[in-house]
Amino acid sequence: MKTPDVTAALGDQKLQLAIYSATARLTERRRENLTPDYEDLRQHAHDIKKHTLDHLDFYLEQLERTVEARGGKVIWAKDGAEACAFIQKLARDRGVKIIVKSKSMTTEEIHLNDHLEEDGIEAVETDLGEYILQLGGEKPFHIIAPALHKTIGDVSEVFEKHLHSQPETTPEGLTKIARAALREKFLEAGMGITGANFLIADSGAIVLVENEGNARLSSSAPKIHVAVSGIEKVIPRAQDLGVFLKLLGRSATGQPLSVYTSFLAGAKRAGEPDGPEEFYLVLLDNGRTKLLADESKRQSLYCIRCGACLNHCPVYRKIGGYSYPWVYSGPIGKILTPQFMGIEHDSWLPFASSLCGACGEVCPVKIEIPRILLELRSEKVASDPDLVELWSFKVWSWLMRHPKFYARLAPLALAAAPPVGPVKNWLSQRDLPVPPAKSFRDLWKARSK
Amino acid sequence: MTSRDQILSSARAALNRHPGDPVPPPPPVLLREAPAERLVEQFTKALEALAGNVVLVNTKEEAEVAVDKALNGRTFVRSSNPSPTTEVGITSADYALADTGSLVIFKEPRLLSLLPPCHIAVIKESQIVASLDDVFRLRPLPGDISSAMVVITGPSRTADIEMRLVRGVHGPGEIHVILIQDVTHSA
Repeated sequence: MKTPDVTAALGDQKLQLAIYSATARLTERRRENLTPDYEDLRQHAHDIKKHTLDHLDFYLEQLERTVEARGGKVIWAKDGAEACAFIQKLARDRGVKIIVKSKSMTTEEIHLNDHLEEDGIEAVETDLGEYILQLGGEKPFHIIAPALHKTIGDVSEVFEKHLHSQPETTPEGLTKIARAALREKFLEAGMGITGANFLIADSGAIVLVENEGNARLSSSAPKIHVAVSGIEKVIPRAQDLGVFLKLLGRSATGQPLSVYTSFLAGAKRAGEPDGPEEFYLVLLDNGRTKLLADESKRQSLYCIRCGACLNHCPVYRKIGGYSYPWVYSGPIGKILTPQFMGIEHDSWLPFASSLCGACGEVCPVKIEIPRILLELRSEKVASDPDLVELWSFKVWSWLMRHPKFYARLAPLALAAAPPVGPVKNWLSQRDLPVPPAKSFRDLWKARSK
Repeated sequence: MTSRDQILSSARAALNRHPGDPVPPPPPVLLREAPAERLVEQFTKALEALAGNVVLVNTKEEAEVAVDKALNGRTFVRSSNPSPTTEVGITSADYALADTGSLVIFKEPRLLSLLPPCHIAVIKESQIVASLDDVFRLRPLPGDISSAMVVITGPSRTADIEMRLVRGVHGPGEIHVILIQDVTHSA
């Protein structure tokens, strides 16, 4: 198993403080703002997700009908290549030079920006955090706070270099610079691309939840709006939002409602003053139907991308978002990545957990992340056993059943634990507890005399 | 086979379903019903906590005066598309939500409450409902009314730089709600 080198992240005190304080603040806000009926709500949200995913074919077909009844067009994409190819072709056909994008993990997943760039199209990330990262050529660090590892100084440097702005020392000043630069892009862009927090089967609508207003601008200012969404985001009814919206904002940032919730049903209609003239919904599979087939892990697809499991994870809070191999980091990334990529890739992921259970406890749709981690561990061990580990446990189990040998060997083993192999790795971040002068056996013997 | 058919057939294979198989009803709708009490007070408190400004007036004429005061001489646009330099967008709203201090807008130009740095909304007390759940109860299919239902909860904000709150990123940093009290309260 090739694990990433996390020593740099662990040794970076500035980074450690940034992750720690940001996630602490988010967890605190969440806790302060949960509703008294929180447990009922999350069970209900789980039940709705379960029902929808268990009958996904039905709801996707319904969604297709309702979107098209509103004049929108549904594009089915088996993988990232198909999704990107459609968007590239549409941009070429319509002569689009600039595309504004609002934060979407799904488009990160399919590397949409790289593909657009190949065609000479400027795709601008408009979420402030994402914009900072895009200018600096970096990837999101956190699902909802993508640039949480950047200081004011870092951001000012990025803006000075790429936007030729003057040095700035306040978040307000930096935000103003970004607002002005991005405002031009919004007004020039020929296409806006967004993700979708929810797809509403009975309404032919997508729902976008955000705080900045960039998703509203991306979906309203350009002539063409393309929403890219995984097929698992569908829910049956607009009225189900009552449950999901109460959970999403609170779990993510502790907000009872995020600043902007947009319920978008198709392009601009006759008589409406503004809005896009064309609306496309790209429904992406990219491995999701493969996950669907596993009944006991299917619930991995219930995720509403709130980020609460990241904020509460003792591992994420130490190693940060860049130590994970794919776009989805933290506990949810640990269960999604091996299922999307195959357990043979990044098979260390399910093991990078203390199994403390915090992720499962805070998940607003009750995904049993710890249980799924265990299942993935056993799949890995079954398909590709670690012989050192296998034999160590065999020896251990034999010793435990032969107390005489154990009594003689245990003190030796403790004193002489060789700092090599897995023991060395383990000891690189921890001290071995000093064995007591007298073992329990010695004490017992002395007492029984 | 098209991508559509492939995705649907892999989904069906994964779920052990066949085209046209029946689907049991989804779990019941769960919308809460809060008592419609002290709605103005709740709304004002919630919006003010987000740095929004609420002005209570009794008549349309008073509302005009309040709008003028909030405008403070800035350029504005009302009920039509704003230009990139418009300083204030003035809109109505279809509902207001007491518990979160939100405005729910179906019919105004999408960009009017978004492009200008300041948004003024003129609403009536009778439009306030307890929460978003009431809107979904009254309007189970928001898409039937317009292409965009927008719920606005306070000024545009971000905390993307060092988790420090900044208002007015892409949308308005300033919100004023002029609230015409048209409901007679029995003593």
